[in-house]
Amino acid sequence: MISRRALVATATATAALPVASWHAAAATPKGVLVIVKQIDDIVSFDPAQSFEFTNGEINANCYHRLVRPDPKDANKVAPDLATSWDVSKDGLEITFHLQEKAKFATGKTVTAEDAAFSLQRAVILNKTPAFIITQLGFNKENVEKLIRATTPNTLVLTLPQPWATSFVLYCLSATVGSIVEKAVVMAHDEKGDLGNAWMQTRTAGSGAYQLTSWQASDRVICDVNPHSSVEVFNKRVVMRHVPDPSAQMLMLEKQDTDVARDLTPELLRKARANKDFTVTSAGLGRVIYIAMNMATPEFQKPAVRQAIKWALDYDGIATNITPDTHVVCQSFLPAGLPGAVPGKPFKRDVAKAKALLAEAGFANGFEMTLDHFNQPPYNDIAQALQANLKDIGIKVTLLPGESRQVITKTRARTHQLALLAWGTDYFDPNSNTQAFLANPDDSDASKLKILAWRSHFVDAELTAMVEQAAKELDTAKRMAMYESMQRAAQERAPFAFMLQPIASAVMGKGVSGFVVGAVADFTKYSAVKKA
Amino acid sequence: MTSRLRSAASVAASVPITLFGLVLVTFLIGRVMPIDPVIAIVGDHAAPDVIAETRAELGLDEPLPMQFVIYVGKLLQGDLGRSVMTSHTVAHDIGQFFPATIELATVAIIIAMLIGVPLGVLAAVRQGSFTDRAIRVFCLAGHSVPIFLLAMLSLLIFYAKLGWAPGTGRIDVAFDGLIDPVTGFLTVDALIAGDWDAFRDAVAHLVQPAGVLAYFSMAYIARMTRAFMLDALAGEYVITARAKGLSSARVIWRHAFGNIAVRLITVLTLTYASLLEGAVVTETVFSWPGLGQYLTVSLLNADMNAVLGATLVVGMIYLALNLMADMLYRLLDPRVA
Repeated sequence: MISRRALVATATATAALPVASWHAAAATPKGVLVIVKQIDDIVSFDPAQSFEFTNGEINANCYHRLVRPDPKDANKVAPDLATSWDVSKDGLEITFHLQEKAKFATGKTVTAEDAAFSLQRAVILNKTPAFIITQLGFNKENVEKLIRATTPNTLVLTLPQPWATSFVLYCLSATVGSIVEKAVVMAHDEKGDLGNAWMQTRTAGSGAYQLTSWQASDRVICDVNPHSSVEVFNKRVVMRHVPDPSAQMLMLEKQDTDVARDLTPELLRKARANKDFTVTSAGLGRVIYIAMNMATPEFQKPAVRQAIKWALDYDGIATNITPDTHVVCQSFLPAGLPGAVPGKPFKRDVAKAKALLAEAGFANGFEMTLDHFNQPPYNDIAQALQANLKDIGIKVTLLPGESRQVITKTRARTHQLALLAWGTDYFDPNSNTQAFLANPDDSDASKLKILAWRSHFVDAELTAMVEQAAKELDTAKRMAMYESMQRAAQERAPFAFMLQPIASAVMGKGVSGFVVGAVADFTKYSAVKKA
Repeated sequence: MTSRLRSAASVAASVPITLFGLVLVTFLIGRVMPIDPVIAIVGDHAAPDVIAETRAELGLDEPLPMQFVIYVGKLLQGDLGRSVMTSHTVAHDIGQFFPATIELATVAIIIAMLIGVPLGVLAAVRQGSFTDRAIRVFCLAGHSVPIFLLAMLSLLIFYAKLGWAPGTGRIDVAFDGLIDPVTGFLTVDALIAGDWDAFRDAVAHLVQPAGVLAYFSMAYIARMTRAFMLDALAGEYVITARAKGLSSARVIWRHAFGNIAVRLITVLTLTYASLLEGAVVTETVFSWPGLGQYLTVSLLNADMNAVLGATLVVGMIYLALNLMADMLYRLLDPRVA
């Protein structure tokens, strides 16, 4: 029989074992960049399917595209796999000249055949992001004829209809335009899926890194592409799923991570006060706005829509509810996107808003419901909006819901007011402009059921202008058209644009070079250095 | 023997009926939620033709009863479907997430049992004393303080301040990707790989979240044990045993404790089952990729194949543990037929 003393000794030793065995790590391993982030948004790594933020960022580090958005100048595209390109006079044919030194992780040189296959594959698979390319007129029937490799380093893209060259290039710069290795992908083709099932959990690119493993809601490991010519300071990148911001901060303080991505405003303030940490921030290509459904009689009156826009306390909300995480943005093109118009034409003016309501025949106000996401900061913003609108006589009933529930409702066009968020699909002003302004068919059979359709906003002039701008070959004229449309939207669209989210990342002691940007592409793991 | 066979047959018959009911209810809840599952999958920005194609691919354009028949048909062939959130089969996901939960829950329940039961007995034996009051306060704190607070305090004290315990996750980043998942239990897999450093690291990572869960469960176990023991110690057979001059230890452990064992098994079984269904909050704070997190994320994303598969597993675990408890009753209490 075991004695009491032995029992106590054994119990103590058992409890102490893991504690004693734990080696106090002074820092993350050398050559390994550790990032903590909430990564349960990852669905698929196949660029023809990938449409989420985290995998978009990882894919941007694992693949080349023909061109990239230029992080230094939002109004330009920069060369990537294509070193240069020629455009025919009518703008219908673009010839891309590809670099010869880009190599896939298998060691094989990237060819125009791979590039053509990648774009054709995206169109044929027709997954969620395919519309970015198919909107140019490509379809399963014509894409193999219109996107073709003419030499190992020359890709010719013939447009089925004329489009602005800058629009086409920006579309090709999206994740869906990533170049995959044809031989590898087709070796894993199953029942004609063009390797989609295999590619969902793997990469086959020529970027600086390649995906080594992905455990959903746990971690992503990327290792360096040994054949890449890009200078890399860390041979491995480990992205760990740490959903709790406080846990992220503790890991940063203990040097168990190099970069933390999802800190709350309070923790960001704490990080800024710590001289060992470096905070980097940038406005995201997203906008938070109020949608007013024009099926509601009150919102059919322009003065009511204007009254709401003048009633909101934009600065108060940004300062008091979303400091460090959002800034005021009163246009559908947030700062950092090409064509974005700066300035804040609206400010809280209760008297003016009341006068506008009276002009519309609602001097005594009215009652309305507001659907919103039941999560921070939307709950607090919704409450502030409720108070703002009460001041001009509009009694708002808040209807919080799970985000997909709210989206499902707005897609069914059954909302009255809704507090929503929208992120740009690709780095071109047409993305958001079309979403908010184009509604050629307001019927249930419409093929374009984006944001204007969902709020019954029908404006033939703006709908036509959206298409004209996308086809305008003169880039300066094109950008002027977007400016004009943004002003028009502020004047008459049933959307009150309010805030632009800010992405922040905190680098730990001795870490530098981590960058965040309007789109996931701007984050380059290869540029991050550790002391 | 005949009654035992009849009893076993009745239990065996109830299992498929219970599981069928579970699948039906979960399926209906998933379908009546005001969320379009296709939008949850393809995203808000997808074009109408992509949405229509996906709806057809998933069979969501079929009438609801037909969707259920198709799902059950596949289920009977062992096909739980594919999760749209992870791109893997649900069976693969459960194989990945559930071992993490089992590992955590098992260690937690062992710690909780080893500490909670003796504490409960001690409190009952010394009823009204300082020891009893101290144990009750200790247990009250464990049961009433929100578990996320316990988890955060634990991280703050043992990880951040004292540096005694490692941080979040199942293993240190230095071992990430080095251990082949054979069983899914990281500690076991590290042993199979013969990597003692990784084993020690995995155990060290396990102790803190398991300790937090154990404290929470231990508080309940200790309180229940105390209550059962007080009841038992007041029994006439205990007074008789004492009158016979038996030692205090023998009276407590043999006579009183022996008689509460059956009720205690129910408490332990239900506690273990609740730990196995996934301690979402603890898993979130400690970044522990377990079934609770999987189920929550799937539910929020209307990933119904994943929700149904995980719910089915949790239901089966409940049934299995109930069966196990039934068998233990028979073993420990001869009065149970």
